[in-house]
Amino acid sequence: MNTSNPYLRISNLTKKFGEFTALLDISLEVYEGEFICFLGPSGCGKTTLLRAIAGLDIQTYGTVEQAGRDVSALPPAERDFGIVFQSYALFPNLTIEKNIGYGLENQKQPGNLVRKRVAELLQLVGMSDQAKKYPAQLSGGQQQRVALARAIAISPGLLLLDEPLSALDAKVRVKLRHEIKSLQHKLGVTTIMVTHDQEEALTMADRIVVINQGLIEQVGTPQEIYGMPATRFVADFIGSMNFLPIGSMDEKSIRIGAHQFAYSGAGSATDDNAGDKYLAAIRPEDIQVGGNNGNTINATVESIEFLGPYVRAELTSRQLGGSSLFADFSANRVRSDELTQGSEIKISLPPQSIRIFSE
Amino acid sequence: MTPVKAKSSRDDRQMFWFMLVIAGYLLAALAFPLYAILSKSFKNHDGEFVGLVNYIEYFNTPSLTYSIKNSLTISLITTVISVGIAFTLAYGLNRSCMRFKSMFKMIALVPILVPSLLPGIALVYLFGRQGMINGLMFGNDIYGPIGIVISEVFFTLPHALIIIMTALSIADARLYEAAESLNAGKIKTFFTVTIPGARYGLISAAFVVFTLTITDFGAPKVIGGDFNVLATDIYKQVIGQQNFEMGAVVSLILLLPAGLAFAVDRIMQRKQVALLSARAVAYEPKPSARFDWLMFGWAVVVSVFILTILLTCQYAALIKFYPYNLTLSLDNYQFDLMDGGGWQSFFNSLELAAWTAVIGTIVIFLGAYMVEKVKGFNAARGLFQFLAMLPMAVPGLVLGLAYIFFFNAPDNPLNFLYHTMAILVISTITHFYTVAHLTAITALKQMDPEFESVGASLKTPFYRTFTRVTVPVCLPAVLDISIYLFVNAMTTVSAVVFLYGPHTSLASVAVLNMDDAGDIAPAAAMGMMIFYTNATVRIVHGLLSRGVLRKTQSWRYR
Repeated sequence: MNTSNPYLRISNLTKKFGEFTALLDISLEVYEGEFICFLGPSGCGKTTLLRAIAGLDIQTYGTVEQAGRDVSALPPAERDFGIVFQSYALFPNLTIEKNIGYGLENQKQPGNLVRKRVAELLQLVGMSDQAKKYPAQLSGGQQQRVALARAIAISPGLLLLDEPLSALDAKVRVKLRHEIKSLQHKLGVTTIMVTHDQEEALTMADRIVVINQGLIEQVGTPQEIYGMPATRFVADFIGSMNFLPIGSMDEKSIRIGAHQFAYSGAGSATDDNAGDKYLAAIRPEDIQVGGNNGNTINATVESIEFLGPYVRAELTSRQLGGSSLFADFSANRVRSDELTQGSEIKISLPPQSIRIFSE
Repeated sequence: MTPVKAKSSRDDRQMFWFMLVIAGYLLAALAFPLYAILSKSFKNHDGEFVGLVNYIEYFNTPSLTYSIKNSLTISLITTVISVGIAFTLAYGLNRSCMRFKSMFKMIALVPILVPSLLPGIALVYLFGRQGMINGLMFGNDIYGPIGIVISEVFFTLPHALIIIMTALSIADARLYEAAESLNAGKIKTFFTVTIPGARYGLISAAFVVFTLTITDFGAPKVIGGDFNVLATDIYKQVIGQQNFEMGAVVSLILLLPAGLAFAVDRIMQRKQVALLSARAVAYEPKPSARFDWLMFGWAVVVSVFILTILLTCQYAALIKFYPYNLTLSLDNYQFDLMDGGGWQSFFNSLELAAWTAVIGTIVIFLGAYMVEKVKGFNAARGLFQFLAMLPMAVPGLVLGLAYIFFFNAPDNPLNFLYHTMAILVISTITHFYTVAHLTAITALKQMDPEFESVGASLKTPFYRTFTRVTVPVCLPAVLDISIYLFVNAMTTVSAVVFLYGPHTSLASVAVLNMDDAGDIAPAAAMGMMIFYTNATVRIVHGLLSRGVLRKTQSWRYR
């Protein structure tokens, strides 16, 4: 990965639809060969940003530079990208090979070269035996592969994927996740994928751009986004998170309800604004059963929700001043400890797992 | 900060020019002629501006203003009867399990294939002074309002039926299940579920029938007798008295109700679409012997009415000299022996229909494509869309008269078109532009909006995606548009009646002129020629499109 010179540089990009501001002052750098995910709830502006990069809906203000070239105002045809839409937009009246060869035929390449390249692409996406079929005769996952092959046929410098997996079954989705990722790795093409599925983003992306209400909340690797969420939104949106109101705090400890918890504070995003109220955040899977230290409290199991490999327990603790929190325990653990509704247990909140956000 | 000014692509610019060309066509073929007729109504014989003088004269001539009341009365009565019949028939076709549904539907659509002059001719044979069953008139005269209303019901029925059947067919079965689970009776369900669900269709059908009737000229001309209506007044003022200015005034008065009805119809159509929900479950009727037979009986009655009119015309065409010599012969088909342009007018009609179908389909589909797919230029696209919708509100006679004023003006460079086949083609395309345009728009809207984006990302010019993908995918709609234009070009009288020249007489006009001259049997024969042609073309079109579709649309089937 070349980190000196960004392949794509978005600067101060704003997009307005009439009075509505869909994106506000977005700046972002994408490096060559990176796999970037735009992640956010629906309506957050992630697709708008992708369409601005493609030139399909050009931004109101700001610039887009690709490979050192200012493409801010250029129409799609004068930019260098391939795109896969959520609907795939495969041409229904053309066979698979014609769909894939669509962009090549226009380049006035000799027919046999086109055929060779199409065969190559068909093989790449594992669709060689389906070449003569029409899109309607394929499954969703197969159509997805064809759309991908068509997009990379003209060897674009940038591959844009707009929610490419959201129309598929859960199983197919997981399979294609790996296929797309390995294909991208093989080709080394800089890729931006829009998704609202955090699992997709966490498993596929080199870096994730979390967008909310037209603003970038955080940019980082999946580990950073999950482990060190920069804002309360990111903490809440990615994975599950317990938020507990803090009574008072200093550098080493925080008081929640009646209990004083040690807190190591590493990397936590605290706001200097003393007037704000603060929330302590801890992920359900970071809560441990048992323990005997300053961060151990008594809790009652209010309910247990079976989720397959693990269970999610709703806990209350008088020491927390009546706040309830969720904890994930492995199914084995629940069996061996005979945890049921009404069980009285001890739980520990490890100091390094607690993060603090302003409310 | 300065906003980013998007650089338009070559595609955008090319498409914009395309759109301008077609908008230019619509301006020349529609907007300018309409302006010409408007300004004519404010001028005197010598072309001097006289303000409202013509209008004052019109409203001070009782014999003319009386037509307003006549037109409104006829149109209202026809609307009630036609929509009533269409609704009950559509209800039977949609909601009962009666047999021969497709046959009944086919028969009910027959009137589309014949000119509106034809039912009048049949009525003369049935109920005229020497009619076959004129005893049923109980002394009333078929020439006049009764004859006009029967003819108009025949003429408008298929239009109302299509709209109402569409409205009934989108019913959501879940609503009926809900009503049943709440123990609502059949009658209650009908008034609380069926009628509200179809109300926009009913209103829309009512306005369409009203507009068709008030602007129709064929039926009142043939069977109206002394009963004057606005449409025949225009014809009389222009052809009979050569009073073009008064013709223009009546035209503009006729434009009012037609325009109003059109506007209401558009609003209703929009609401109808909003009723459609993607999750609706299609309604499947359950057999019910009594109801099914009742509906079957009603369908038979309606079919007998339509077939009687059609077969009477056929009978009239084949009889030597009714009622004195009832032997069968083909004498009435010897059109060259009568006035009206002879067989040549029939072949002219074929030529007109063919050109209209081919050129019209190309122009209209391209225009719809531009409106749908051009990016930006919102004002221009809005104007284009308005121009494309306008012809629906303009009665054919008004359009024809407007063409006289515009194209016959000596200083118009397009003057050379006057009295040619070209002007007939242009006027017919324009006259039937709206429905065809809407068909094309609907088909284009059903396509994935990202096809063009994909094309652009693959650096493919728009015209390649248009020819390789858009046209093949929309082929069924393209064929529908062409047959619609063909059939209407064969039957239309109103716009072309002012525009045909000595060498470009048409079959439909020949029916009119032969009927006018008292050659009613040959008029019926010519009318039947139009029917045979349209029926044949329809069948061939059906077979052809099935063949073409099987070949080119194999991707539709798994």
